[in-house]
Amino acid sequence: MSKQLFERPTITKLTPGVPSKHGAGTVIAPMPLIDGVKVDDLIEQYGSPVYVFSERTIRKAMEDIKRAFSLRYQKVQMAWSYKTNYLDSICRIFHKEGSWAEVVSGFEYDKAIRNGVKGENILFNGPAKSALELEKAARNGSFIHIDHFDELFMLSDICMSKNIEARVAIRVNMDIGIYPKWDRFGLNYENGEAWDAINRIMNNPKLKLMGLHTHIGTYIMSVDAYRIAASKLAELACSIAQKFDHYISYIDMGGGFASKNTLRGAYLSGEDTTPSFEEYAEAITSAIINSQIKPDKLPTLILETGRALIDNAGSIAGSVLANKRLSDGRRATIVDVGVNLLFTAFWYDHKIHPVSNHSGLVEETTIYGPLCMNIDVLRPSLMFPSLKRGDRFVITRTGAYNNTQWLQFITTRPNVVLIDQNRKVHLIRRAETLEDVAANEFIPEYLG
Amino acid sequence: MLIKGNIALSDNGFVFNPSSGDSFTMNHTGKEVIMLIKEGKTINEIIELMLEKYDVDKMTLERYLLDFMNDLSSNSLLEE
Amino acid sequence: MTKLKVTVAVTGLNNIDSPGPGIPVIRGIKESNDFDVRIIGLAYEHLEPGIYMHELVDKTYMIPYPAEGKDALFNRLMEIHAKEKIDVIIPNFDAELFSFIKLEKKLEEIGIKTYLPTLEQFEERNKSNLPEYGKKYGVNVPKGAEVFSVSDLNNALKSMEYPVMIKGKYYDAYPAHSEYQAGLYFSKMSAKWGLPVIVQEFIKGTEVNVIALGDGKGNLMAAVPMRKQYITDKGKAWGGITIEDSTMLDLAKKIISKTKWKGGMELELIRTTGNKLYLLEINPRIPAWVYLAVGSGQNIPESLLKLALGIEVEPFTRYDVGKMFVRYSYDMIVDLELFSKLATSGEL
Repeated sequence: MSKQLFERPTITKLTPGVPSKHGAGTVIAPMPLIDGVKVDDLIEQYGSPVYVFSERTIRKAMEDIKRAFSLRYQKVQMAWSYKTNYLDSICRIFHKEGSWAEVVSGFEYDKAIRNGVKGENILFNGPAKSALELEKAARNGSFIHIDHFDELFMLSDICMSKNIEARVAIRVNMDIGIYPKWDRFGLNYENGEAWDAINRIMNNPKLKLMGLHTHIGTYIMSVDAYRIAASKLAELACSIAQKFDHYISYIDMGGGFASKNTLRGAYLSGEDTTPSFEEYAEAITSAIINSQIKPDKLPTLILETGRALIDNAGSIAGSVLANKRLSDGRRATIVDVGVNLLFTAFWYDHKIHPVSNHSGLVEETTIYGPLCMNIDVLRPSLMFPSLKRGDRFVITRTGAYNNTQWLQFITTRPNVVLIDQNRKVHLIRRAETLEDVAANEFIPEYLG
Repeated sequence: MLIKGNIALSDNGFVFNPSSGDSFTMNHTGKEVIMLIKEGKTINEIIELMLEKYDVDKMTLERYLLDFMNDLSSNSLLEE
Repeated sequence: MTKLKVTVAVTGLNNIDSPGPGIPVIRGIKESNDFDVRIIGLAYEHLEPGIYMHELVDKTYMIPYPAEGKDALFNRLMEIHAKEKIDVIIPNFDAELFSFIKLEKKLEEIGIKTYLPTLEQFEERNKSNLPEYGKKYGVNVPKGAEVFSVSDLNNALKSMEYPVMIKGKYYDAYPAHSEYQAGLYFSKMSAKWGLPVIVQEFIKGTEVNVIALGDGKGNLMAAVPMRKQYITDKGKAWGGITIEDSTMLDLAKKIISKTKWKGGMELELIRTTGNKLYLLEINPRIPAWVYLAVGSGQNIPESLLKLALGIEVEPFTRYDVGKMFVRYSYDMIVDLELFSKLATSGEL
């Protein structure tokens, strides 16, 4: 006879406001599989913790967003936001799905070229492009999104002195009635800076105004904000057509769509409150279609959606290291995933699922990472089943930003694997070694 | 080691401490351990019984039983 | 005439010092001559008094908090529906309405009816949208701002005079007399109800409220104005009296017809000494003092139930002026057995 699964014995005090499993309904479903692959197998083969990406989920998200927009608007072009996740394999999946590249540094620009993206399919954003980078982008025919006047003048000088042309757009910021205002990026709409920049570009023979760009913020839950932003850009496009008889070829609405994660401090679950791609699409496309732009002159709509396309496709599988009682009686569980690997723990209440079945009884728990630092808290407080040392768990929706903002701290970073559409697992970034980390160091002779 | 005599334990895992007025719920292993204690089993006997029944190694079991006993005692459910 | 048998599930059984509307709603429905009602209580906490009021609530089930997401809620409702065959659910908490509105269609598909505003109507009357709402519908509203951080708050306070009201996203409001106090309430409200927190100009005057019911087509089906006579330290009415006030009724009519509001609502108003009406808040559900409306001739819960069931209802046109309610608290004796059953099985 096989033995029964052991669960840590627990006793939980009933206090008003702390509901039982029925009241809280904290039904934390076990998660034995990620996209059909056993989490236990993944950890046994690739170690704990391990980052896991699902190609199916990525392709499904791309299909959803493309359908939502192309049903409503004829010319739609996606551009993969490199900063959200620039693991080469991930980028290539997006490129295979037809995405261009949206980059914000020379490093990302070169990465995109290495991934086989043609220069004319790269959007170059950001406030910190160097002269050399600008020249390279101009020669490659990439779209340079001008962020400030200094950049406009610098680019103009380069083009004059080297006798080359550049395809440009300007990034516009504006008041769309939401907080915070992202007025540190781009040129302002209301105070006329944007219009001023457009005029300078139109009067410069070396600069070709191709499009208008905005990026209204991050994790925008209000589709109305997009409606307002899109109609303001459309108005600007009309003014350009009126004054210069010039029709821009694209409007780039940037990114900022929310994923289904729950923001810290939010009362309701992100799964319920996050708008769907359809809702975002309806707001943006109707604003452009209903604008004064002539139907035959409607520009291509570019989207730089990052988070909403990749967040749900990434997970981290890890293990419990220890349990302890805090001085106030709360339970603390220490796990092998720290905030250095899960940067997004600072602004999300990430969902954490045990891999194996549990009785359903939950207790208020703090989840700490393994770093010797006070800030290393994954969840300050959640209702969580009792896991014991060695038990495994999956943190879901970790695909955005964690593999670009991660920190190598006190130890090396773990393996990253991709589950392909046939459920085959591929290592796409091997765990770092001491040699990897030390490779760039030099020791002055006298310390040798 | 004894559970306080006046502690009310019901079949569904609900525990009431009449001296403090606190109520508690337990998971099924928690309930099982309390029942065994009530039957007068020693810690070692409980360990033996549970090792036989559950897929768990001795060290882990001892560790979590100790935790559980601490929880019982910090909630004043054990005789001093 | 035989009474129609219906099973109605009701939330908001927290009939405590700052009560939820569940129990008064149930009293209204139970007094109907047209229905033979079985009441299913839906509770979040073990000590919601309604759970133990067996003469009003036939059976109670624990349900998950809204923060758990609408899917968790729907799954639990499916379990309950399988046993109880619910005809109509009347949710009574602001914080849960979002989930119920999102679930409206799915509930309808399994045969459970609701009578709720649309998501657009619900969002539009959000406290943080009040200034815009006032402009759009031509209603006086206090100046205010939504703030997301202490520095935001301090910025907003620069252009305001003390005292100011600091309000949580869903519930609670406190007057603050200094930047320090405002900061304290900001932390308290944001921890409890999330962001944003609303800071609002304090308007001096008499607190008056209107309870109203809209049919979703712009018709005002019921409306009773009330003046709070005694207010607890939590800002809740302890006693109130129905008043004759055509401007308040006109305001209710205007809002219901312009917004095509569907379901119950409460307008929280202030009448200044200059006799100007300010709209402080729109609660998107029946308020806890609804039994005063029932007692003065408008059984709003009954009408709402009929509308939900698709039964034709005539709008109320009159109510008794000068009817009062005086709230009291009452200690029930509860056996531990019941509490234990609820805590371990999730139903009672």
